[in-house]
Amino acid sequence: MGIESDRLQFSWVSSAEATKFVKVVTEVTKAIQALGPNKNLVKTIPKVA
Amino acid sequence: MLSYIDKIKEISTGLLKEGRVEMIIGFRKGTVPMMNEPHFAKSPAEVENFVWDSNCGINLCNYLTNRREKIGILAKGCDSRNIVTHIIENKIKRDQLVIIGVPCKGMLDKRKISAMFEAEIGEVIEDETNITVKGDGFEKTLNKKEVLQQNCSVCIHRNPVIHDELVGDPVEEQTDVDRYTDVREIEALPPEEKTKYFEKLLQPCIRCYACRNACPLCYCPTCFTDESRPQWVAKGQDPTDVSTFHFLRAYHCAGRCTDCGACERSCPVGINMRVFTKKLEKDCLELFDWEAGLDPNVRPPLDTYRPSDPDEFIK
Repeated sequence: MGIESDRLQFSWVSSAEATKFVKVVTEVTKAIQALGPNKNLVKTIPKVA
Repeated sequence: MLSYIDKIKEISTGLLKEGRVEMIIGFRKGTVPMMNEPHFAKSPAEVENFVWDSNCGINLCNYLTNRREKIGILAKGCDSRNIVTHIIENKIKRDQLVIIGVPCKGMLDKRKISAMFEAEIGEVIEDETNITVKGDGFEKTLNKKEVLQQNCSVCIHRNPVIHDELVGDPVEEQTDVDRYTDVREIEALPPEEKTKYFEKLLQPCIRCYACRNACPLCYCPTCFTDESRPQWVAKGQDPTDVSTFHFLRAYHCAGRCTDCGACERSCPVGINMRVFTKKLEKDCLELFDWEAGLDPNVRPPLDTYRPSDPDEFIK
């Protein structure tokens, strides 16, 4: 669909795996920050006064 | 293919006379060239209007959804696979149907043919290998193979996969075709190029939903595009909404689409939205070794779990 593969990630994290959760979030955030803001499939809605 | 019609009429008349079915769904000649329309014969007299040639591209399975009566239906390879999908999805019962199988050599791409001529086409005459296109002041003979619908030219299931009667000998299946050349080309594009490609592809879309209405898979009582609470997708021409409609519709057809080409055929502006459904068809084949509508006794990949299902995408 034109979405960069890093922008969408899947992971299994159990509620007992706090350290894994932190690791996943850090990695995903880093990957997405590297990609910059998403420009694909973004709709600009005109402002109504 | 042209010789099928006598057999079609013979079988249909028999079924109706014996009272085995209440109606037969087939084709009759349309009002413009290359556009046969569905015909519902309820008496032996109405059977006379049946025709069969290379303009029977509409997927007749679309007319079976939630029917209660006994029906005889003409089925090409793709139609028969959609009938199997309908049986799997409880949209019709097998014992309601008498499936009259029609081995198919492909249907004509009326848009491609029309584009070849500047003037309006008045008549198209067909024999086994060629068609002769006639109009005001011109006449040209074309080889059928060169003007087939794209999905027909790469079809690998021309013979009905399920049938009670067969109107002719099975035709030879194509084995040397590469079904996914176009999909691979798009897959190879970098993300921003893909976005541009899809925007350009869908730019002419007028959101008429002909593709949805022609599709036998699209039978939801209320389509997500028509929902207003919540409104999943806006109804305007914004490229984001247009893409959302096409992407979502394609995903709803994942593992079910038989690439019958009804969507592309019905599109008034000629969008090849089949690239989306074909991508999902390719994924289903590669990931789950699945081709839709081949066996009514096998559950499709999206409603079964196998421990061997691919999960490399989960980190």
